[in-house]
Amino acid sequence: MTPELGHFALILAFVVCTAQGVLPLVGAQQGRQKWIALARPAAQTQFLLIAVSFACLAQAFLANDFSVSYVANHSNSQLPTMYRFSAVWGGHEGSLLLWVLMLAGWGAAVSLASRQLPEVMVARVLAVLGLVGIGLLAFVLFTSNPFERMLPAAAEGRDLNPLLQDPGLIYHPPLLYMGYVGMSVAFSFAIAALISGRLDAAWARWSRPWTTAAWIFLTLGIALGSWWAYYELGWGGWWFWDPVENASFMPWLVATALIHSLAVTEKRGAFKNWTVLLAIAAFSLSLLGTFLVRSGVLTSVHAFATDPRRGVFILALLVIVIGSSLLLFAWRAPKVNAGGNFGLVSRETMLLMNNVLLVVATGSVLLGTLYPLLIDALGMGKLSVGPPYFNAVFVPVMVPLLLLMAVGPMAHWKHADLKAIARRLRVSMALSVIAGIALPLLMGAWTPLTAMSSLLAVWIAASGVFQVMDRLKSGNPPASFWGMQVAHFGIAVFVIGVAMVGGYQEEKDVRMEPGDTVQVGGYSFRFLGVKSVPGPNYRAARGNVELSKDGRLLKTMHPEKRKYFSSEMPMTEAAIDAGFTRDVYVSLGEQLDDKGAWSVRVYYKPFVDWIWGGCVLMALGGLIAILDRRYRLRVKADARIPAGVAA
Amino acid sequence: MKPRHKRIALIAGGLASVVLAAVLTLNALDSNIALYVTPSEVAAGKSPQGKAFRIGGLVKESSIKRQDLKVNFVITDGAKDISVTYTGILPDLFKEGKGAVIQGRLGGDGIFAATEVLAKHDENYMPPEAQHALDQAKKANAK
Repeated sequence: MTPELGHFALILAFVVCTAQGVLPLVGAQQGRQKWIALARPAAQTQFLLIAVSFACLAQAFLANDFSVSYVANHSNSQLPTMYRFSAVWGGHEGSLLLWVLMLAGWGAAVSLASRQLPEVMVARVLAVLGLVGIGLLAFVLFTSNPFERMLPAAAEGRDLNPLLQDPGLIYHPPLLYMGYVGMSVAFSFAIAALISGRLDAAWARWSRPWTTAAWIFLTLGIALGSWWAYYELGWGGWWFWDPVENASFMPWLVATALIHSLAVTEKRGAFKNWTVLLAIAAFSLSLLGTFLVRSGVLTSVHAFATDPRRGVFILALLVIVIGSSLLLFAWRAPKVNAGGNFGLVSRETMLLMNNVLLVVATGSVLLGTLYPLLIDALGMGKLSVGPPYFNAVFVPVMVPLLLLMAVGPMAHWKHADLKAIARRLRVSMALSVIAGIALPLLMGAWTPLTAMSSLLAVWIAASGVFQVMDRLKSGNPPASFWGMQVAHFGIAVFVIGVAMVGGYQEEKDVRMEPGDTVQVGGYSFRFLGVKSVPGPNYRAARGNVELSKDGRLLKTMHPEKRKYFSSEMPMTEAAIDAGFTRDVYVSLGEQLDDKGAWSVRVYYKPFVDWIWGGCVLMALGGLIAILDRRYRLRVKADARIPAGVAA
Repeated sequence: MKPRHKRIALIAGGLASVVLAAVLTLNALDSNIALYVTPSEVAAGKSPQGKAFRIGGLVKESSIKRQDLKVNFVITDGAKDISVTYTGILPDLFKEGKGAVIQGRLGGDGIFAATEVLAKHDENYMPPEAQHALDQAKKANAK
């Protein structure tokens, strides 16, 4: 009964969503107050209905209802309870249900936290969200219904893919989807503004906290996915330039550009058209990401068995969304005035360069990701684009971006004095050059890449300190200023992590018999053998490895090789000793002979945790920026933002 | 500077960086792509010379031979077999009779030296490139 209830709630949600997408929009055009007023309750009702539906599916999982074919395919009665819950989004149908739940959730959040906005604007924003919702709910209902029954019911479920039986995977998809789907809010604000023809500072101000909120989730989601790949896949890498990773990274890059361009639109009224385009692009890339992941058109380490027919549906949705929003843009954009003028050296120019570089970076990632698809579609053969391509194009774009990051916040709006900025940056410059020479030498070897990265990281961090000191002289800065500083500092931390891991990690694949010792990165690893240990739904070969440094025993590490009862698939669980300045990492390969010899992989990863630490700082910076008081002030309908307000 | 000049300077700067980026990008793309080749194509000598490429196919039954970290196996599309050698730890889902994608270079002795064996996340998943190789071989047989 519960699955039917869930299905029914989903159908009702579809009906409500259709009303939400059409009526307020028409009402706003024709000035019908009653239809405009429908937007908020519709958005909230739709969210409640989808939440009920989602709860029903979760209940089917928790109760081991194997008559539901989605449950039978992704769960098992021996699966621990918390994974039975996370298995709800462990497959295609459930993850799409999560998608629409998130979409409705963002809609409900907008309906609740938009008291200070004009009713007509809210109606249009919620209607656009409703229109997007119609497409996705139709997708779930017509191609990917998670409540489909299976007769006769299965006696036992096929189990959740063992790779997904991990705490990281409980949080990674929801966070990432929150970010992906959150871009729909920025998109809806942009489309609503286009429809109303009022692209102004007020629109940018309303849009900013929502865009930043989605960006925070996207940042954390990507970071968590990277961390999961690092410890769960047993390969010790943190980023593979895999198509599915790229699919989440491209919206992030565009969203980062959007955050910066929104700042210009809010403060100076410039870049309006550009900002709208970025908002459309960010959401389109989120949809593209969903398409790439869910259609199975890509060869990727993330590629799970998928159904290509579903891809056609998302592709159609993608074409409709991009096509109609660009049409609307082409129709409306010429009427938008260009906004404030600015000098060649000014904060506007700096932020423009930030945008150009981020968009170029996105373009290069997009090209590398789609190129194999394009060539294949043209019948010119199959090929793959490897990480060297991405490193070769991405790094040269990032270097000027990071260099400018220290300069931009020092430049005044409208017109800045390059000499004055240079004077204020002298100390940072000296410090960063020293760091570029000294840090790599301290780590043991000087390479151009680690030198460049150390220089950039210290350049950003040092100039950040000077910016804070300068700003404090003129009173207490607003939260958005602190947010920016924290996020930029996060980038510096991230850069150090990437550079140190890239330049100084050590890796060894070795054959080890019990009693053997291997040296990596100044640590010695003594292999004591492997024991068989039972787990809740698997049996593990558990290794004992003694980690020591300079003859002093630090700890015993336990890498595992698990065999799950319900599938033949073995799973590698790496043992990681994490630290502030380094991780050491041991994982088991396979048993090589009867005497207990195993192939063992050992890593030394300096500063690797700084990569994710930097991401957390970026997200924290975003959070601080959202808390800025001015986003909660009621904006009068015709309020003019005074010119020349500093950030 | 007049506003018009300013705009021209901005546009010129933008264009220059876009062109530079495009040149760098295409250059990088050209030197970093790996073609997928089927075992039959390799046997017919149609694989790229002196360049890394990828082979998709099935790991032939009872072809995996291990000697410590060195692994030899055969990858097949049902028509032709290619011997492969690899040193290191194989991914969890690498199995005889299952699909696999490998990257590396063809040696002068006709043995493919793999530098990378691609991992999959799902035991029921068949890499499209491996499927493609099997389909191609089947088509050739039917003729």
